[in-house]
Amino acid sequence: MTAPDHVFSTDRDALARRLQLFLPANCLLLGEEDLRPYECAGLTAYRELPLAVCLPETEGQVIDILRTCHELGVPVVARGAGTGLSGGAMPHAQGVVLSLARFNKILRVDRAARLAVVQPGVRNLAVSEAAAPFGLYYAPDPSSQIACTLGGNVAENSGGVHCLKYGLTVHNVLRIRVVSIEGEVFEIGSAAPDAPGYDLLALLIGSEGMLGVVTEVTVKLVPKPELAQVVMASFNDVAQAGDAVAAIIAAGIIPAGLEMMDKAATAAVEPFVKAGYDMNAEAILLCESDGTPEEVAEEIARVIEVLTVAGASDIRVSQSEAERLRFWAGRKAAFPAVGRITPDYYCMDGTIPRKRLAEMLSAIAAMEKKYGLRCANVFHAGDGNLHPLIMYDASQPGNWERAEAFGAEILELSVALGGSITGEHGVGIEKINQMCVQYATPELEAFHRVKTAFDERGLLNPGKAVPSLHRCAEYGRMHVHYGDVKFPELERF
Amino acid sequence: MPVLSELDDIVSAIRLAHERATPLRIRGAGSKDFYGGLLAGEVLDVSGYRGIVAHEPTELYITARCGTPLAEIEAVLAEQGQMLAFEPPHFGGATLGGCIAAGLAGPRRQQAGAVRDFVLGVKLADGTGQVLDFGGQVMKNVAGYDVSRLIAGSLGTLGVIAEATLKVLPRPVAETTLVFACDADESIRRLNEWGGQPLPVSASFWHDGQLSLRLSGARAAVEAATRKLDAAAQPDAENFWLSIREQSHPAFASPLLWRVAVPSTASCLGLDGLRAIEWGGALRWYAGEPTAIRDAATRLGGHAVLYRAPESLRCLEGAFAPLSPALLALHRRLKRAFDPKGILNPGRLYAEF
Repeated sequence: MTAPDHVFSTDRDALARRLQLFLPANCLLLGEEDLRPYECAGLTAYRELPLAVCLPETEGQVIDILRTCHELGVPVVARGAGTGLSGGAMPHAQGVVLSLARFNKILRVDRAARLAVVQPGVRNLAVSEAAAPFGLYYAPDPSSQIACTLGGNVAENSGGVHCLKYGLTVHNVLRIRVVSIEGEVFEIGSAAPDAPGYDLLALLIGSEGMLGVVTEVTVKLVPKPELAQVVMASFNDVAQAGDAVAAIIAAGIIPAGLEMMDKAATAAVEPFVKAGYDMNAEAILLCESDGTPEEVAEEIARVIEVLTVAGASDIRVSQSEAERLRFWAGRKAAFPAVGRITPDYYCMDGTIPRKRLAEMLSAIAAMEKKYGLRCANVFHAGDGNLHPLIMYDASQPGNWERAEAFGAEILELSVALGGSITGEHGVGIEKINQMCVQYATPELEAFHRVKTAFDERGLLNPGKAVPSLHRCAEYGRMHVHYGDVKFPELERF
Repeated sequence: MPVLSELDDIVSAIRLAHERATPLRIRGAGSKDFYGGLLAGEVLDVSGYRGIVAHEPTELYITARCGTPLAEIEAVLAEQGQMLAFEPPHFGGATLGGCIAAGLAGPRRQQAGAVRDFVLGVKLADGTGQVLDFGGQVMKNVAGYDVSRLIAGSLGTLGVIAEATLKVLPRPVAETTLVFACDADESIRRLNEWGGQPLPVSASFWHDGQLSLRLSGARAAVEAATRKLDAAAQPDAENFWLSIREQSHPAFASPLLWRVAVPSTASCLGLDGLRAIEWGGALRWYAGEPTAIRDAATRLGGHAVLYRAPESLRCLEGAFAPLSPALLALHRRLKRAFDPKGILNPGRLYAEF
């Protein structure tokens, strides 16, 4: 486990007594059998049992919980639907899980102003469903959108398959209401542009529950395009497919979605979903155009031209909405499909410059041999975000350790290629060591100072997202910053 | 102090000021000296630290040093058919550093987004003279707090932006501008109605009974929207939008100008002095008396910036809408996290720090 900056030791009974003063029995879980379901989120390899789970129903209760934990020095881990893949919502052994599951109301959909005000426990897809009667929708669409919540999306700055054109959570949230660890309520951002002062909205989005707890979110809604169509192209060579992606961008096209899957991924998906993927191709590309029918026809024609020149061996265009959804169904079901062919899989989230794609994929192929594990690759190709799915069997001794080392090597290569260890899943507990590779001491110290400005005692989600310098020294693989020797002030062990 | 052209010199100057606890006033081209609060301290002229570091057209980013003129950046992008989609004003010779520090976007903001939406990474020299790299050059990056975007609009109070990476976009294939005759209320109503439809609206400007609407995108999309909206085309549209971006249009000609941001559907404030409406209704320009406008903007869920005014008045009223005590305390703590002695552009954003 993590080597924290802060060490916590909580008197469980005293904490329970204090929480019981203001939380009704149905809002507080204390028994081990009740706590067990909360011991992990979407990343099941990391588990920890909390001391208590709070299920507040009002903002007043959230304030009271945070004030109490602040007073008693108890760690607080906020949780949405628990679909996160980086262990960001993994509980703290000495702390409380603050579940926002009951904050599940859509408070307002404003058709004229094109925005929705929702509670953080509202599911991502539910927002678009509520906006659909007005011809509007909420653009960010993480693959887990039927389950994941807006509060979690804000915490992780979630993306999706359409974010090259429509942006990430940070581009689509207008305002949040946040409670600080001291129980103070902040209104950040507004329906009016360019809120005065620092852009705290940008800072809080993606802060992984380390700076505050969100109790309300205002999101931007955009008009639903009249039409969307997908081009599916097959390639006999992965590098060629990567070059085709660059060629589309170079042609001045920003598609609504641009995704790639390698042969291992399509082989897993096709028997499961029957999406109609080309099983002989080394890689397939899915390229979506949306807009008016005229606009889509024009863009699709240009995309086909570029893909043909780039050497696609087969090109198909969705001829109906049902076919378009089927093409996407395969991509969106890639994770569960891989889950069917292996006891366990470990999903990575590195981002690299698109032009380094072929290099990365051949390195991953070499790593498959090195670690003796298979890997299927799905890729948000348009924005360089790679999701290698490392297949392993947790019941075999040493298997998980190999998968973890495999993943770490991919992330560290992402940094070396000029990219990032995480595009959209967050650092959480999973990539905490790789943060030492991504950032050098001065940046990590700056992050800790930002954290302190919001949460002086380090009670919100301790041990996540930003590693302590001691942890980095122990990890031993570090970012070299202007040739400096790293952590000269720390002992090595 | 001379014009600085090396990062080492910038860092040395900050370290010295930090040791002595003397304020520095960061300056690029000085094109936005009029904007914000007090100009205090010794000038730290970073306009010599310039040049494009990297431009990767197919990776959709450009990296440049702070003193690089926007004109130079946009010329390089134009060669590849690309642009800074937030359409920043140049006001003469604006530099990249100043553009990000001020966070001011132009007409295309309503379609493309704000300055911060395009910031991918910054190299920042903080108030102790430490050089920090945040973000990077890739489109998606959620490792660590998003300090790069926090820097946009911080008016130099958190550090000197030494270098920055911005996302760039292809220029639209087709663009056309339509004109409508209508009053302000009708213009707000129409803009919001169009905003709810899949129309390729990239800019809007109302002034004195005339609403101009720019459509940008695929040729077919612009043509279809033009047919649907059925209005006269505006002649010399390119220069017209340039005059809006640069605020050389007569609508902005007032010694006392308020920049009022409101929810796009907000009614007219019921105040005299409305000069222009931009951004689909969300940005309104007023010439007039101070406090009434600020109160009215707050009432409608927005905020008012005293944009152009004598420095004495900006200092008296505050250029930006006041923060709640809790938010102000948080701002001060963040300021201290990057600039513990408060030497960088003190008072430029708020008098309190």
